[in-house]
Amino acid sequence: MSDSQETIARTIADNDVVLFMKGTADQPQCGFSNQVVRILDHLGVDYSDVNVLADPDIRDGVKVFSSWPTIPQLYVKGEFVGGCDIVREMFQTGELKTLLADKGLLETA
Amino acid sequence: MAMSAQDLEGLLRDAFADADIKIDDLAGDGDHYRAVIRSDTFVGKSRVAQHQMVYAALKGRMGGELHALALETGPKSA
Repeated sequence: MSDSQETIARTIADNDVVLFMKGTADQPQCGFSNQVVRILDHLGVDYSDVNVLADPDIRDGVKVFSSWPTIPQLYVKGEFVGGCDIVREMFQTGELKTLLADKGLLETA
Repeated sequence: MAMSAQDLEGLLRDAFADADIKIDDLAGDGDHYRAVIRSDTFVGKSRVAQHQMVYAALKGRMGGELHALALETGPKSA
């Protein structure tokens, strides 16, 4: 396993909710990343943000890691949830909140 | 770093023969699309798996030639 793959695996293992994104949660640098940040903030869940723009190895590496070609990418408890469209759809249907609550990451409503 | 809507639709048609496909060029720049794909090949697949199937159909162009593709996928009956 390359260094970047190990770093990504460790980041995902060490944090319950991880968002690989362009920019930071405070300053997203892409509309898709911004949408996911706003959804996670709205739900009030704690999450770690990883700015892929700061590290080209991570930026390419996470695409390989997930077999997913685009950023953002959301992981919950080690599991790849999806990109922006999936997160938005799951938010709109309430599935995302349920998922986070089931994992003990949100107070149940 | 752009792709015509026809090329995009062609790739999707090749992979999803039965599908209802609707493509919008969101920014008019050949680089930001929305695709709505309804195909019965998606039945029983998770959302991640459905999107993976679409990305596979695009044969590596996603994230490269194609910067932004908003996806909505699901079975035809949905």
